[in-house]
Amino acid sequence: MCKAEDRRPGLGFRRLTEILAERLVIAAVLATGLWACAPRDRPPVRIVGSSTIFPFAAKVAETYTRRTSVPIVVEQTGSGGGHKLFCSGDASIDATTSSRPQKPAESAICAANGVAPVIELPLGFDGIVLARSVDAVPIRLDTVTLYHALARKLPTSATDCTPVPNPYSRWSQIDPGLPDEPIEIFGPPPTSGTRDAFVETAMETGARRFPCLAAMERDTPSLFRARVHDLREDGAWINSGENDNAMVRTLVDSPAAIGVLGFSFLNQNTDKVGGIAIGGVVPTSATIRSGTYPVVRTLYLYMKDGSAADVRGYGMEFLSDEASGPGGYLEEIGLIPLPDALRTATRQRLSDADKAESRIEGSEP
Amino acid sequence: MTDAPHEKASIASLAMTRRMHRRRAAETRFRLYGRASVIFSMAALGWLLLSIAATGLSAFTQHWVDLDLDVRAESATDNDRRRLADALAGGFGVQADDAVRQELLALVSASAATDALARNAERSGATLRLTVPVSDQADQYYKGRVDASRPAAQRRLTDRQIAWLDRWADEEQVERRFNRGLFVNPDSRDPERAGLASAILGSVMIVLIAGALALPVGIGAAIYLDGFAPQTGWGGRLTRALEVNINNLAAVPAIVFGLLGLAVFINVFGLARSIPLVGGLVLALRMFPTIVIASRAALRAVPDSLTDSALSLGASRMQAVFNHKVPIAAPAMLTGSIIGMAQALGETAPLLMIGMVAFVTAVPESPLDPATALPVQIFLWSGSAEAAWAERASAAIIVLLAVLMVINGVAIVLRERLQRRRSL
Repeated sequence: MCKAEDRRPGLGFRRLTEILAERLVIAAVLATGLWACAPRDRPPVRIVGSSTIFPFAAKVAETYTRRTSVPIVVEQTGSGGGHKLFCSGDASIDATTSSRPQKPAESAICAANGVAPVIELPLGFDGIVLARSVDAVPIRLDTVTLYHALARKLPTSATDCTPVPNPYSRWSQIDPGLPDEPIEIFGPPPTSGTRDAFVETAMETGARRFPCLAAMERDTPSLFRARVHDLREDGAWINSGENDNAMVRTLVDSPAAIGVLGFSFLNQNTDKVGGIAIGGVVPTSATIRSGTYPVVRTLYLYMKDGSAADVRGYGMEFLSDEASGPGGYLEEIGLIPLPDALRTATRQRLSDADKAESRIEGSEP
Repeated sequence: MTDAPHEKASIASLAMTRRMHRRRAAETRFRLYGRASVIFSMAALGWLLLSIAATGLSAFTQHWVDLDLDVRAESATDNDRRRLADALAGGFGVQADDAVRQELLALVSASAATDALARNAERSGATLRLTVPVSDQADQYYKGRVDASRPAAQRRLTDRQIAWLDRWADEEQVERRFNRGLFVNPDSRDPERAGLASAILGSVMIVLIAGALALPVGIGAAIYLDGFAPQTGWGGRLTRALEVNINNLAAVPAIVFGLLGLAVFINVFGLARSIPLVGGLVLALRMFPTIVIASRAALRAVPDSLTDSALSLGASRMQAVFNHKVPIAAPAMLTGSIIGMAQALGETAPLLMIGMVAFVTAVPESPLDPATALPVQIFLWSGSAEAAWAERASAAIIVLLAVLMVINGVAIVLRERLQRRRSL
């Protein structure tokens, strides 16, 4: 009797689980099969590269897809990661964005893997800004003050470059005119291109004001670089993540702190943080564009010469009037446009490459 | 219980009462600790849900504006943004210069409006009637998230822009609607046009593929290890070593599976980056140990007497395991498997390595088209600059939680049904 009781539900279960499992598996396999049968015939354009350029690259991708229905994938890998993928010879990577020019070593890898020649297209400028909460006391900085505040080892005097540990912990110790607040600067980690650009423009400019350091740069540039790129690790400079939103929140929470940000982030958060003038120049679209604001870098797009029409079309969209021209949709989200002459010339270069290519292939429109 | 002599009752009871008090006090304390920890965890969960709901619920609606655009005069320029700005300026009766144009374009979803202009390019003779979403900033303003009393330099909207927005509202051109685009649009860099379609489809495909691979293999492996694998001698040692390694596999950080996926599926098998097929394969590897462990535990919880009696009555090992043991363990196995799938749904780290943390402009049509996944979309949106993204990211979290609740709900219903059948 026990057996009879046991078996009935047992078989019921078995049937139930079997049927369930079978149906699930069949449905999943069928669905997967059906989907797999019909991938898009048009391969997606794949752009990798800088996370600074990502918002712009993605916005252009979106517009281009809407106009042409070419699917585009934009991945943020960082500038270095982008060059690495692009130069690896992976045919599915069509272009890479970069917040710095391609390094000679990277070009060599590109050439070795047959990714040559490569076209370099400037896209616009990015200002690196120092920002602090809108509720904070205004502060005026220049590159020398920044060098005093952030270098791990300072020269003993203007002429004697023997390194001494940085003694300053408050702004007012560097210059009595500055507020009596602790030096606390949040910036991107060493892996970031933003940090490289900040050190190369702001810190190096500040260091050159010391005659002995300027002399050192002339004689032994490598020593100079090592010396100037060495930032404090005693709490005055704080490495924060690549997430600029988190940085904006930190700045709002601690009004004495200063953050190193890309201009586009400042631009989108003017209700929370304000840009600090460097050498008396406030970072705005106009000052960055004209070059009066000192901490600026150029943003680039790299693609293979003779890329597919869709990839070149993407580049043309990036450089079009409506995108990166004055008043374009990229300026709206914080890209500093190229001077019109340079943008027109770059467009010309891309469309010339286009024509040269179509002559070779003889079939492209 | 010992029978304590009655004459010593008074002395014994003194010591006894003290011990009794101590024991009861210990119990009361433990109850308090228990309650405190339950309250603490519920409060933390409640606070999390509340803060997400508070920021995210408003993203399920979006303001739209009706515009009557007179685009006749501006047909000379082919720059749609400029035509749109000039037409908007005409509507407000202001002279258009560069600054005015920029401020006007920041009021509506400029990309949606210029798309509509381009679509209606041939109808440039007439006044064009458009209904478009307002821009993210304007939407935030209408939702009461912009403090107009702050100094102009400290807010994203200028006095002029606020006046224009108020005028639209006064003339009842603005309507708050359900944000359908959040579910049907692909990702966008404009918060007002951004949608989760690509992410939801991507997640569904990934979980289906991962489940279709990991469930049969995982459950099969668990049943074999439990009922059929050798338990003694060298074979037994091998079985135990295998089990230890499967446990270790479950503890391996998720990013490692992503690296494995990159090395094997993309670099060796040559599959494309960012596609759900690779995501599903990687997450199947990730789910597999969880499913094996959960199913193993469920099978082990079934008393041996059950299979033993079946065996003693002449059933084969196969019959004993599949007809008697597995049905009893099925509800718990199912729960474990569903938890594994839910975990896979929430995974981001492995997808990073295989290129699924990306901006994808089109909704995927097959598992071989690029896509993202829901948790990835949340990560991308929360890292973006515009204030409206915070709202959208929270809305995406609500969608993800809803999907997880549905999956868990299905698991609970299935388990209840299976358990009811057993108690018949």
